[in-house]
Amino acid sequence: MSQLDLSIESGEIVGLIGPNGAGKTTAFHLIAGFHPPSAGTIRFKGDSIVGLKPHAICRRGLARTFQLVQPFAGLTALENVMVGAFTRERDTAAARRHAGEILDFVGLGPRRDTAARNLTLGDRKRLEMARGLATRPELLLLDEVMSGLNPTEIEAIIGTIRRIHERGVTLLIIEHVMQAIMALSHRLVVLHHGEKIADGPPALVARERKVIEAYLGEAGDGTAP
Amino acid sequence: MAVRALAVLAGLALLAVPPFLPKYFLEVLISILFFAYLGLAWNLLGGYAGQFSFGHAAFFGIGAYTSTLLLLRAGLSPWLGMLAGGLLATGFGLFEGYLSFRYGLRGPYFSLVTLAFAEMLRVVTVNLKVVGASLGLVVPSQTNALLFVFADKLPYYYVIAVMTAVALAITHRVARSRLGYCLVAVRENEDAAEAAGVDARGAKLRAMAISAFLTALGGTFYAQYFAYIDPTITFGPAISIGGLLPAIVGGAGTVLGPVLGSFVLTPISEITRAMLRGRAGADIMLYGLVLILVISFLPQGLMGWLRARRAS
Repeated sequence: MSQLDLSIESGEIVGLIGPNGAGKTTAFHLIAGFHPPSAGTIRFKGDSIVGLKPHAICRRGLARTFQLVQPFAGLTALENVMVGAFTRERDTAAARRHAGEILDFVGLGPRRDTAARNLTLGDRKRLEMARGLATRPELLLLDEVMSGLNPTEIEAIIGTIRRIHERGVTLLIIEHVMQAIMALSHRLVVLHHGEKIADGPPALVARERKVIEAYLGEAGDGTAP
Repeated sequence: MAVRALAVLAGLALLAVPPFLPKYFLEVLISILFFAYLGLAWNLLGGYAGQFSFGHAAFFGIGAYTSTLLLLRAGLSPWLGMLAGGLLATGFGLFEGYLSFRYGLRGPYFSLVTLAFAEMLRVVTVNLKVVGASLGLVVPSQTNALLFVFADKLPYYYVIAVMTAVALAITHRVARSRLGYCLVAVRENEDAAEAAGVDARGAKLRAMAISAFLTALGGTFYAQYFAYIDPTITFGPAISIGGLLPAIVGGAGTVLGPVLGSFVLTPISEITRAMLRGRAGADIMLYGLVLILVISFLPQGLMGWLRARRAS
């Protein structure tokens, strides 16, 4: 990761794309406080969040999901989301109520009492979003919530992401499913070898030569997109 | 709910029956509750937070020694001394926990550090003349309820019964609170817990504080009940294991698990000891065998087994 200059305005949906190993997930780790940056600053709502632990960043209103879903396997869907809800609620009944609402919102209402380990991958991706959402974030980082899902599930999750945005949540999304990210994003940022090589409206970015080269390799060296 | 009614009934029986029990059975019952209590205390950190302490004897010993020394040197009643011991153990637990969690020690590394701290205290106590060194300390045994010394076993029984009930109530409360959910989240996946806004270190330290405090009170109870403590008994691994076994066998991270575990394990230990008197070590081998069987066939403990049966 070197010299990434990235800014996100409140209310935006920004797509973060790039070939495998471009540093997208690393960028998320840095923003959410899982790795300290070796240099530079990260500001959220005007304040530096460098050096804060992930939970403190989460409390300030910046939540994330994990690329490889990390549910609390032994807990039910509802209990998983309650953990997130406790970020803003002290009272157990209030946390349970809020978590129930969020589960209904992402379409997991009927699964609320299912142990997370028994959920399908699609449901676990939703659970991951629900847990993040329950912390009442202003900015939510979604890390490949569509990978491994079938087209129907992807269609449904795009709808969910749109509705999350309608709630007033700003979104930064890493995604490999191109049609989805093109359709969702107001702006696309392309990373390659840890550097930003493009930043702009999706339609323009997709035509940029450097972006095409990053994905296809110069003179087409056979790297898959 | 049938289970609740059953628990209330069992509780009432535990209050009403003991005065009519022969002395031996009363002693066994005290033993059962004592280990249930230690298991409950251990369970908050080891079961709910999943931080597998192998050195809770450190807190136990601090409790036993603090109240006993305050009694012997300053004439302070162990009823107050046990609070002092609890606070000191809490401080020590926070220190130990802060160091371990600050450097991200997890799993077996945390277990080893807790074991090392307990062993360190044992070795220090063995070599420290002012605290009785390896000879230990004798607690004055003139009957005086104000000094936590009773003429017969029954009052001790009620003391440990109340302590166990309080530990149960605390566990019940924690399990349903924000802290309880945070602890379980940390146990299941610490990174994900942090991402969901859980202050993992803070939660673990809170569990450590309560767990250490309660364990230390158990140390004072032991000192008063047996009227004698020494470094090997109070700071030794046997006490650490005595606390964690009922919790694990009964079901770590459940409210009733440690109590259930102790009601099963302690009598087995007593029976094997009585049956194999005269053959040194045979009882421990048989006890070990029972443990291996329980842990192999009931990895989730008795509570896990009961739940699975109820679910199917």
